Amino acid sequence: MGHIDPGAGERAVAEPQTKTETVTASGPEAGGKNEERRPGGIGVVGWARWFWRTLTSMRTALILLFLFALASIPGSIWPQRGVSDAKVFQYFEDSPRLAEWLDRFWLFDVFRAPWFAAIYLLLFLSLIGCVLPRTMTHLRESRRKPPAAPRNLGRLPQHASFEAPLTVEEAAARLRAKRFRVTTGPGWAAAEKGYLRESGNLLFHVALLGLLLAVGIGTLYGYRGNVLVVEGEGFANTVAAYDRYMPGQQVNAESLEPFSFTVEDFQASYIAKGEKTGQPLDFEARLKVEDAPGAPVRDYVLKVNEPLNVNGTQSYLIDHGYAPTFRITDGKGQVAFDGPVPCLVVQPANFTSECVIKVPDAQPEQLGILIGFLPTTVPVGSEWVSVFPGAANPTAQVYGAFAGDLGLKDGRPQSVYELDPDSLKKMKPLVMKADPLAVNEKLTLPGGMGSIEFTGVKEWIALQITHDPGRMPAFVASVLAVAGLVLTLTVRRRRVWVRVHDQAGQPEGESRRVDVGGLTRTEGGDFGEEFTEIVSALNPGIPNPGVKDAR
Amino acid sequence: MPVEVDAGLATLSDQLILATVLLYVFAMIAYALDLAFSRSAGAEARAAKRPALATVGATVGTGADPAAPASAQAETEEPEDRTPPAWVVRVGMVAVGLGWLGWIANLASLITRGLAVDRWPWGNMYEFVVAMCLATVGAFLLMQLRYRVRFLGAFVTVAAALCLGFAVRYLHVQAGPVVPALNSYWVAIHVSAAIVAAGLFIVAAVSGILYLIRKDTAVRLPSRQDLERVAHRAIVIGFPIWTFAVIAGALWADKAWGRYWGWDPKEVWAFITWIVYAAYLHARATAGWKGKAATIVQLVACACLLFNLVGVNIFFGGLHSYAEVP
Repeated sequence: MGHIDPGAGERAVAEPQTKTETVTASGPEAGGKNEERRPGGIGVVGWARWFWRTLTSMRTALILLFLFALASIPGSIWPQRGVSDAKVFQYFEDSPRLAEWLDRFWLFDVFRAPWFAAIYLLLFLSLIGCVLPRTMTHLRESRRKPPAAPRNLGRLPQHASFEAPLTVEEAAARLRAKRFRVTTGPGWAAAEKGYLRESGNLLFHVALLGLLLAVGIGTLYGYRGNVLVVEGEGFANTVAAYDRYMPGQQVNAESLEPFSFTVEDFQASYIAKGEKTGQPLDFEARLKVEDAPGAPVRDYVLKVNEPLNVNGTQSYLIDHGYAPTFRITDGKGQVAFDGPVPCLVVQPANFTSECVIKVPDAQPEQLGILIGFLPTTVPVGSEWVSVFPGAANPTAQVYGAFAGDLGLKDGRPQSVYELDPDSLKKMKPLVMKADPLAVNEKLTLPGGMGSIEFTGVKEWIALQITHDPGRMPAFVASVLAVAGLVLTLTVRRRRVWVRVHDQAGQPEGESRRVDVGGLTRTEGGDFGEEFTEIVSALNPGIPNPGVKDAR
Repeated sequence: MPVEVDAGLATLSDQLILATVLLYVFAMIAYALDLAFSRSAGAEARAAKRPALATVGATVGTGADPAAPASAQAETEEPEDRTPPAWVVRVGMVAVGLGWLGWIANLASLITRGLAVDRWPWGNMYEFVVAMCLATVGAFLLMQLRYRVRFLGAFVTVAAALCLGFAVRYLHVQAGPVVPALNSYWVAIHVSAAIVAAGLFIVAAVSGILYLIRKDTAVRLPSRQDLERVAHRAIVIGFPIWTFAVIAGALWADKAWGRYWGWDPKEVWAFITWIVYAAYLHARATAGWKGKAATIVQLVACACLLFNLVGVNIFFGGLHSYAEVP
């Protein structure tokens, strides 16, 4: 960025946006234009200067802005890791080769991709390279007095002439009363106003830098985790308690806020009749929260738009489902399993769910059981379906019960929501497609393998727990950005000059000719109205001063 | 949480929206006639400033210069202006009147819909498009009070009528309560801001399209400079509102989804829209980008905006997908 020639003050005023394109090279730094045209043969410093100048030019900034927008588009086309992981997984399942190639270009991690980072880092570098010199200029300018009146005020876009008993001092005072910055000379007064425009502009761009910084802090020092909790069970905020835990690079396990809570009860309500039957109306989970070990227990009702906040760590209700309870007695008459089984929702419209129970402790053989859960069961032909998401008539239908080795011992991690397909092939099917069990009904497994009793219905909730130290800084930065934006888009920088034509030896209080000229270089500004007001303020005696708008 | 829907009010709302479409169509015809037969923008602006006189002159039907008595001063300033025939002045008045009437019907439809379901009436795609049309026409009508933008009338009203027609035909869903995620006071803040900003941006885009199709010979339309000024004004007002809408969305996301920004498709496109409008504001200050290039940039931005408001719900889904596209 070249220096701004003080004489080019008008042009600096004229530039409404960040970059001053109309910088003039003069004085000791003259020849800048030649440098720009021929970067070759100017050495490392010349190259560096050329690069800096190109980077901080408005044109580059524009191109980077477009690139930034363009680069975000893939992030909406392809599923993103961390936003919709399941869909990414599905993509790899459906078209592995394509997915592999997309992955090579970071298209499933667009917003963490190096090429995306390159664009915004260059953009922000360009921004810094522009904002810094402009801040210096602005500081200098805001201390400087308005420039002297031009010779012929009639050439300015706004001008007026009138006869009035006005002195330069009086004109200056009236302009000051209109909050202009005023300076006077022999026979003239110069006034300027609207410095806040540039202040707002700079504030806006600095606030954007602050926002980037806040987002950075959030990613480094924040963490996010998911956990599924069944009614009656609890959660303590430790790394081990999470089903999925995604810490920032600078987070250590000890820094987690040591709160805990128990889920007393979860209620979901749905529309029960009409066209929108089954649409959820409200979800609420009653929690008993302990803010720190030993702290008094408090009640909290967790809702969708009302997260639990414990010293800046937020817990959100993001999902729910059914967890029917079963008691499984093995072939030896021992209770091998007794408790809730969180089920995956297969059809969200009516909460038809699928549950998997693994009973490694069953004797003589381990048991694996697939169960369909229907909250509101209605028979349709020889099948049963759920017609409503609420648990009006819950049943559990054993799709299949298998005996044999569950394959838990070979060290490979297994999903709790499915039976390992390899092990399943070697297991012995006991029951296929049994009739649905109502609550407290029991299915006896053939071959003396035991029984399955459907003992009740509980619900589970999925929580997301986040700690983001960048939240408040990001909020403050964006408020400042909006404030700066409003200033820069509404304030106009304008100058007014007054020339009083004194006759030699004219006594005070006698009428003399006064020329007033005004100028705003902000585009789209309608200065005429305000100028008329200023002229009337200078010439209060005459209501219509006959302002001429040269436009 | 309200469950009961007032069926009577909901039906009234549906009927009002049909009335709105008709009124917008008639307003469009009147605006088009006005645009085609009024002599100059100056005369039109004067006529707009003195509605009472113009109407009196027209009803008397003397055929003499109806605006003459009060416009002596204006006439001396711009003596080359000829006053349009009386019926054109009347048609211009009718256009403005129909525009306001249509807007009131549009507003009434939205209010009755809201009352019928006892919530903010922009919980699904249909309601959102209706509100957006209201905002667009509202932005235009308000600008018309201050600036000479009546030439935009035909284009704004036809766009609104088409959008409403599309909404009624393809997007309409029964009035009813919303899903719990939308049950928040943020709906009033975030969605309203987005609607208002969209209205302003659409007015700017209509002006931008006219800018591009206006050859230097097309004398019926105002000068390119005027068109540019209208577009710029609308965007300068709309941009901070859009920024606010995005930030309000982030605040809501922080309450509802556990993060203030998560690159959900809607967020991505809101971001893209913001960037491109920012690019427009920068382009206007860059040598070589003023005028046509800047106009193209703002049209691209508006395309991004519309894609975000409508397309994302249809093509991408994501967290904003509860917009209930039927």
